[in-house]
Amino acid sequence: MSEAQSTLDEIVGKEYEYGFETLLEMDVIPPGLSEDVVRVISAKKNEPEWLLEWRLEAYRHWRTMTPPEWANVHYPPINYEDIIYYAAPKSQKDGPKSLDEVDPELLKTYDKLGIPLHERAILAGIAVDAVFDSVSVATTFKDKLAEVGIIFGSFSEAVHQHPELVRKYLGSVVPVGDNYFAALNSAVFSDGSFCYIPPGVRCPMELSTYFRINAKNTGQFERTLIIADEGAQVSYLEGCTAPMRDENQLHAAVVELVAMEKATIKYSTVQNWYPGDKDGKGGIYNFVTKRGECRGDHAKISWTQVETGSAITWKYPSVVLKGDHSIGEFYSVALTNHRQQADTGTKMIHIGRNTRSTIVSKGISAGFGQQAYRGLVRVAKSAVGARNHTQCDSLLLGDKCQAHTFPYIEVKQPSATVEHEASTSRISEDQLFFCRSRGLSPEDAVSMIVNGFCKEVFKELPMEFAVEAQKLLGVSLEGSVG
Amino acid sequence: MLEIRNLTAEVDGKPILKGIDLTVNAGEVHAIMGPNGSGKSTLSSILAGRDGYDITGGSVSYQGQDLLALAAEERARAGVFLAFQYPVEIPGVSNIYLLKAAVNARRRHIGLPELDAMDFLALVREKVKFMEMNEAMLYRAVNEGFSGGEKKRNEILQMIMLEPSLALLDETDSGLDIDALKVVSKGVNSLRSPDRAMILVTHYQRLLDYITPDKVHVLSGGRIVKTGGPELALELERQGYAWLGADAQATGAGAAR
Repeated sequence: MSEAQSTLDEIVGKEYEYGFETLLEMDVIPPGLSEDVVRVISAKKNEPEWLLEWRLEAYRHWRTMTPPEWANVHYPPINYEDIIYYAAPKSQKDGPKSLDEVDPELLKTYDKLGIPLHERAILAGIAVDAVFDSVSVATTFKDKLAEVGIIFGSFSEAVHQHPELVRKYLGSVVPVGDNYFAALNSAVFSDGSFCYIPPGVRCPMELSTYFRINAKNTGQFERTLIIADEGAQVSYLEGCTAPMRDENQLHAAVVELVAMEKATIKYSTVQNWYPGDKDGKGGIYNFVTKRGECRGDHAKISWTQVETGSAITWKYPSVVLKGDHSIGEFYSVALTNHRQQADTGTKMIHIGRNTRSTIVSKGISAGFGQQAYRGLVRVAKSAVGARNHTQCDSLLLGDKCQAHTFPYIEVKQPSATVEHEASTSRISEDQLFFCRSRGLSPEDAVSMIVNGFCKEVFKELPMEFAVEAQKLLGVSLEGSVG
Repeated sequence: MLEIRNLTAEVDGKPILKGIDLTVNAGEVHAIMGPNGSGKSTLSSILAGRDGYDITGGSVSYQGQDLLALAAEERARAGVFLAFQYPVEIPGVSNIYLLKAAVNARRRHIGLPELDAMDFLALVREKVKFMEMNEAMLYRAVNEGFSGGEKKRNEILQMIMLEPSLALLDETDSGLDIDALKVVSKGVNSLRSPDRAMILVTHYQRLLDYITPDKVHVLSGGRIVKTGGPELALELERQGYAWLGADAQATGAGAAR
């Protein structure tokens, strides 16, 4: 083992910083899943009949399905009867209240996480909806956004206040039976964020949701629905953390985006769920379905993700390009260290004429990390003049990790242009020595080289997030030079 | 400044350095010349702390400390600088970012405050101009897509930013056209000072037309076989390394004791 390798190992050894637990009085239902549990969740949220029916349909569908086995990830079968499907801080039982009424313990937690919930939000210019275990606890800037007609808040609230919008769009991008985890989510989702930008409105600030799993043995099943009406524009950020626990916890979220004519949605994620310890004990199973639909001409949906956490990531943020001249983008940095596994990528479905998509995927694997890029570019017969460019790079740190690339390309339209570029590289001893001979520690050198590798993706992130992502990458890599 | 005593080193069990003795005092510029495979680059790599060499004997003292006991980055922070023969590319990392990280690592080590963005920018702009480089290259990825000459100028730019106490230049002249050679030499000469030492490792004499060394050493077969003044380099240029043949053998045997 070279010296570089041993330093690499040290860097990979860094501990998870957000692994604390907040002790709150919780409203919890017993573990296990049945129609009754679905009814209880729906009743707790005082939901209308149609939504209960929608959930039940999803539940019944889910019962007929089997978990996907095609992904390059390995884990023992999940016992869905051991999971708690609803947990909420007690004081929040009746839904979000004003910030003054939020449990101070909870606010302290968000403080620790550096989420700008209070006046700091004004400085940061970010409107935050914070989801703690199953419920949304606080939304900042709601009133200010309402002035321009933007609806932003918890999903449960939207169900009551804007049922027509929720009913119209819920499940319209990701149908209840779309896949195993999406069906599960549709049956038991407890809360999440809802956002509607009216025609012609450009959202004046970044919108943000912060997810945190706190309660033990709890699954988190949030649902996000964002609609940008004609000519509207919005940039949305999502962050996630969880306490350190020895058991694996399931996170099965669904995100649906709808972009109408000339609308733009930019969705950025920095995912830092607890990844498990260095031997692979504990950590979040992050099985997430994210999809956007460009419904109108000239619509644009852009996904940017930085995935550094979770024991297992199974996630393919996708864009269905229905409108002519619509654009789909996917920029991804995924890092697997220790025993982390990730099977992630995207689907770009070209239906409209002259639709364009860009995929830039950067995978970094260290320790015993397992990483797969899985991407589908499908060009339908109708998509005359469609174009795709895919760039897929893997960086290996050390000699025990793996990177795989599974590109799927299906083209039924001869005028389409589809390009795929892929590379796999290592951090070379020469690069490392060069940086060290300029006075940089091996840790800083690796962090700098890895950040350079990810630059094309980081530049797509909003400023504050880009800085956070860089730091996160450094921390996640601690113990790993190669 | 630097004292190398009977240094021996191997790569994969193959002896490369077979007993190097060299003393470089502050204020001096030494040239180490020699044919390909003589161990010139190995010597500079070992001094800078590159992994992959087995030091089998001898010692290296730098400003009174055991240089070989320090990690590469510690040597750099203590003022040892290696200008690479083949500067590496680091995609996505801007040149200015690397320079700032390097300068501040050195400043922290010697107890100076880090330079803020404005002061740093002013300094680096001045040096870029001095090296007759385009400011745009500061924002390009380190050495990526640079021509051979640009890479070497960039090495010297890093050197004059870092102001090392001991500069090691490994074949800095290779691959340079005459204009680049002049600029590179100007950079090197600007650093000459009574409290700084330099070692130029080179195959050819032409660099020494622009940077006059105090001493010239000829390295052959892992040993210093001849030492002289600047005139030795000219002699080598005229006669080639073969000229040293018999002489080298004799001196080598002597050095091995």
